[in-house]
Order: sequence, then C-alpha cells, then structure tokens
Amino acid sequence: MGILDFLKRRPEPSAVVAKERLRIIVAQERSTRGAPDYLPLLRNELLEVIKKYVHVDIEAININVERDSGHEILELSVALPENSKPGSTAPVAG
Amino acid sequence: MTAEIIVVTSGKGGVGKTTTSASLATGLAIQGKKVAVIDFDVGLRNLDLIMGCERRVVYDFVNVVHGEATLKQALIKDKRYETLYVLAASQTRDKDALTQEGVEKVLQGLSEEGFDYVVCDSPAGIEKGAHLAMYFADHAVVVVNPEVSSVRDSDRILGLLSSKTRRAEKGEDAIKQHLLLTRYNPARVAVGEMLSVKDVEDILGISVVGVIPESENVLAASNSGVPVILDETSHAGQAYTDTVARLLGEERPLRFLEVQKKGFFQRVFGG
Repeated sequence: MGILDFLKRRPEPSAVVAKERLRIIVAQERSTRGAPDYLPLLRNELLEVIKKYVHVDIEAININVERDSGHEILELSVALPENSKPGSTAPVAG
Repeated sequence: MTAEIIVVTSGKGGVGKTTTSASLATGLAIQGKKVAVIDFDVGLRNLDLIMGCERRVVYDFVNVVHGEATLKQALIKDKRYETLYVLAASQTRDKDALTQEGVEKVLQGLSEEGFDYVVCDSPAGIEKGAHLAMYFADHAVVVVNPEVSSVRDSDRILGLLSSKTRRAEKGEDAIKQHLLLTRYNPARVAVGEMLSVKDVEDILGISVVGVIPESENVLAASNSGVPVILDETSHAGQAYTDTVARLLGEERPLRFLEVQKKGFFQRVFGG
C-alpha cells in the first residue's frame, strides 16, 4: 500500500469480484449436494397430499437437508395460507 | 498387477482435457511406464489428432466394446514411444454405444496386457460419456481454467467424483483428486484480472498438482500432432513434465507463476 493509494481509489480488481462470487455459489451448491436428486419429487408428492386438505402453493413447501456431525436432518416446513383452519378440508384459499 | 486408471475430466469444455491427456500419457511413457490413453468422447474423436495418429485409426473403442475388433487390433502404437498406445473414440452418433460393462471389460483387458497406466480422456459435460470415463478411476485430474464457469463446473465434478464412481459406491478408498490449473497467465493475475492459483485452491478446497501457463506452444503442438510435453523449450511442456513427476510421487516446486521480465534486447527491439 503506497501513501498515495487512497487518492486514486480504483474499482475492485475483477479477480476479487470473481473469487467472492465463486465462494458464495460454490458453498451454496455444495450445501444442496448429496441427496438432492429426490427432493424435487418429494416436494411435488407432498404438495399433492397437502392439497387434499389445504390449498397451498408449491412455493409454500420448503425442504432442506442439513448435515451435522454425521447426522442428516430432513427439514420440512409448510407455510399455510392465512385463512386455513385446522381440520377443514380443502378450503378455498387465496 | 492391475493398471492404475487416471481420468482427465473437467465438466466444462475447451479447458484443455485432451491436451492434458495426451501430455500426461506421453510423460508417463517417457518415464518407462506402459500407457494407454483412451478417448471417451464418442462421436467427437479428437485425441488422435492431438497425438498425431489420426491417419492410423482402423478400429476404435466402441469396436472393441462390441467385439468387432480385439484390443490388440484397436490399440494404436505411438511412433515416438514404444510403451505408449492410443485407443480412439468412435465416430458413431449412438450415445449408448458405450456401456459400463463394456468399459470395464476393456480396462480389464488392458490390465491383463500389462499396462501400468490407463489415461481416460473424458468428454465435457456430466452425461454418460463423462460418467463412464470417471467411473472406474483410481486418480482424477480435474482440469480447470482460472475463470468463473470453469471453477464452478470443476467443483461439481469433484462432487461427482466422490459420489458417483465405483470407489465411492463400493465404499473403497476415495479416488485421488488432483487439480490441474491450465491457461494460467501470471501477468493478468498480477494486475488482478485473473484468479490466482491460491484463489482457485481456496475456492475449491484442494491444492493443485500443476499449473500450466497459457502458451502459444500449445496451439503449435496441436497443429503438428505432437503432445506439448515433447516441446521441451516451452514452459507449458516443462510444466507438464513437472506435473507427471508429481503424479508419480516426486516433489517439485511450481514454476512459471511469476511475470516474466523482459530482457534488455526484448525491451529494446520488442517481442
């Protein structure tokens, strides 16, 4: 770092940008690697089952596989529409 | 004694897989090993051109798999090195021409013929041909360019190597993964225009087995059908020689990572 460097602030070198972008995308892709092949199918089938009872959109179903010291956790969350009541069958939801 | 199987793979096309396969196979033969190099790119035969034996292809890999030719008939003996052989890819458009059983049979045949190494030149992509090229491997050389799409694709390939191969499926020792950085331009790295060796190693979490500098000699070598490792005056050729030595267990420092300073005459007269 020279003394005058702050006077001529240049944009970040493109290699630095490339490294940062790759660091993020590679980490993201690694986290979904391993058992992802059946996840989209599982999601669709779950949607079919859930739809029998509640009207939800496919985006409302979130599936994640997490690895934690040798254990694998399949995490599933379904965001129910606001006006769905427990026990009601297939309400017309927005 | 079974042959060691080395796959040269990358995911992305055009990064230097065939150039690398040709040079590694030739380098191993120079070291006295008996080597076969196989082109797995069914439909797009090219290794024969890089090895300079394109006019001597009579039978190919698929002919052997289908029993239309024996392994001995299909192996093309290199003109320069007695222990080096090429098995060309078929030019059929049938993508199912290769089967896992067929590939296994050929690799077993090569082991029985006393080959020390089989270098499998993978096609680009992650389709069947690439899968078959890596499936039986003991070592993988993942060729990567210091460029975003190539780095991302090699991470994908590293994932496949540790899950979709025979060693992974049988729970044996993992494939030995080696990263080979090619088309490296130290001058562009120095000014922040290109990912450095360390950047690529950091992102992929694996260290390089070699760095091949970008070089005009690579095109010249392919033009004349001579693997670039045989161009002993070129930095690319020397870097491949170093890489072969490292694959054989020798420790050698990386070379050609610094910007070359121009000599007095070059500065005065250009060049």
